[in-house]
Amino acid sequence: MKKLFALTLALAVMVGLLAGCAMDDDKREVNICSWGEYIDESLITQFEEETGIKVNYQTTDSNETLYNLLETTGWGGFDVIVPSDYMISQLIEEDRLAELNYDNIPNFEKIDDRFKNLPYDPENKYTVPYTWGTLGIIYNTQRVTEPVTWDLMFDAEHAGDVLMIRNSRDAFGLALMSLGYSVNTTDEEEIRQAYEKVAQANRDGVYQAFVMDEVFQLMESGSAAVATYYAGDYLSMLESNPDLAYVVPEEGSNWFVDAMCVLKNAKNKTEAEEWINFLCSTEASLANMDYIWYASPNTEALEKYPEYYEETYGEPLDMELYEIMAAPQEVLDRCEAYLVLPADIRALYNDLWTQMGIN
Amino acid sequence: MRNKLSWFSAPYVVWMALFTVAPVILVVIYAFTAVPPAEGFTLDNFLRMKEFAVVFARSFRLALIATFICLLIGYPLSYFLAKEGPSFQKIAMVLIMLPMWMNFLLRTYAWMSILENNGFLNRMFAALGIIDLGNLINGGLNSLCASLNEGVLAWLNARLGTALLLSTDRATDMTYFRMLYTQGAVVLGMVYNYLPFMILPIYSVIIKLDNSLLEAARDLGASSARVFRKVIFPLSLPGVLSGVTMVFVPSVSTFAISKMLGGGTKLLLGDLIELQFLGGAYNPYLGSAISLVMMVIVVVCMYVMNRFGEGEEQAVVL
Repeated sequence: MKKLFALTLALAVMVGLLAGCAMDDDKREVNICSWGEYIDESLITQFEEETGIKVNYQTTDSNETLYNLLETTGWGGFDVIVPSDYMISQLIEEDRLAELNYDNIPNFEKIDDRFKNLPYDPENKYTVPYTWGTLGIIYNTQRVTEPVTWDLMFDAEHAGDVLMIRNSRDAFGLALMSLGYSVNTTDEEEIRQAYEKVAQANRDGVYQAFVMDEVFQLMESGSAAVATYYAGDYLSMLESNPDLAYVVPEEGSNWFVDAMCVLKNAKNKTEAEEWINFLCSTEASLANMDYIWYASPNTEALEKYPEYYEETYGEPLDMELYEIMAAPQEVLDRCEAYLVLPADIRALYNDLWTQMGIN
Repeated sequence: MRNKLSWFSAPYVVWMALFTVAPVILVVIYAFTAVPPAEGFTLDNFLRMKEFAVVFARSFRLALIATFICLLIGYPLSYFLAKEGPSFQKIAMVLIMLPMWMNFLLRTYAWMSILENNGFLNRMFAALGIIDLGNLINGGLNSLCASLNEGVLAWLNARLGTALLLSTDRATDMTYFRMLYTQGAVVLGMVYNYLPFMILPIYSVIIKLDNSLLEAARDLGASSARVFRKVIFPLSLPGVLSGVTMVFVPSVSTFAISKMLGGGTKLLLGDLIELQFLGGAYNPYLGSAISLVMMVIVVVCMYVMNRFGEGEEQAVVL
């Protein structure tokens, strides 16, 4: 009798669960794929409460991983993605993105004109910028005393203490810059030289590891002394380790814009646009900037941030840090944005990247 | 076996067809398909395999080492555990299984902060003076080698016309031992994660050994060592073979462990395959070809190994 009771109970629970799932179907939802540590998560809850739309939030670690994830999910698994400039061009070129209805995104007006109609989306039909920033060298001032240039990333003096970034575009890009070439070069010889430079340093044991978000732990704990990563993430690390410093090398660097796009096959286009509009608002932009330390393209938020910081923390914002987050024009002038590379050069990048780890 | 109850196995047959047989067929089809824009049947994907010979060798070497260490730790443990009382066995089993109740990635991630240059172990070593001791020993070895170089070896070299020299540049200014992002760390990760899969099958075979066989062997005058060699070990072989399979196969194909503890400066097979799907290149054709070659090598290894167990009870294969 007891067993029969248990069985009935189990069945009842299961039916309840199934019913619960079925009910979820009517609920509005939006599927987002973004980068790790790239949003103030309380914003997700706030959006869910305000609109009743359920947010399914997933993260991945590089543009290349994102592309392959989209490919394996048949381009319909997500509604909103936040790729970087060069990947956006590629996606537009391949006709993967939906044109946005900017009437549903009134907050788009608040975006600074500097970040509209950029080369990856010249007529601004597909994208709304989310953050922007620079790529640079993060180093531990206790262990690196020499002037910091890209050569530091290949310096045998610091063998075993250097973290190389784990995506082909940035890794080969910084090698190209150290050689004085353009990050957008399509000259095979120049790219091979850049590859050889990184591969040689790898053979010489300069690199402790190839990392993406592991960089936080390794730099914060002082287990590595030099890394190439993004300005916003440097500011997060600085909160845990005051010995860290950030430099955009004199030779120049990459400046990037990550923008929100909606996939052509998206199932929840309206919800996606609502989400994008929500994140563009000045309040959300301020909260985000404060949390992830990446600069927002929202003019008002950029202007108000120092004030917001002082109100929140009761002390003035260090303007040097603000300029690392939102690089001034003279820094951007020596930086170059990534442009999409032709398919054969992308294939070359991929082949060389695979080659690198075989050594 | 055709009986009335055989349709009870239908769910599993469907499951296996969908999730084991179909994917393997897909892998085979992809492996023999040309990379677009070319199309049709091709062997090109396999012709590229020699570029990856180093990676194959590295993966099999590390997996073999890990399997061997697991066997070395696992066999004696299972053997002595089987001789203990039931309550002790229960507690020991819980302790062996306990780590497996936590997520595998989380456990491996924890090793990162233990092994880091500035991590838990290195801090402990520094506090205990072990790192200074290492520097001291290296310094001592350096001066010993230097004096050998000047004395005995100089004399020998002059006599024989050779140029033998001992290294005198061992590091004496270490502030940490490099543990994370080495191949040793990868092997450690494999042993740590897969050890239970070695212990459990061996233990379950040994505990079921017929005690009367052991008594008979002793009655016939065999020493304990001989009883172990001639009776216990051969009878436990099926367990050893399953254990070896269950450790070796996941070790050779792992990518999470090598990525987190190996640092990606030297790829393993799993990383290489992952890179074809999730790296910069989306090339499922090459990825499938590499997977297929790996599967074939593993199956051949297992087949050869199971020949050793021939005549004993059949071991669980794969």
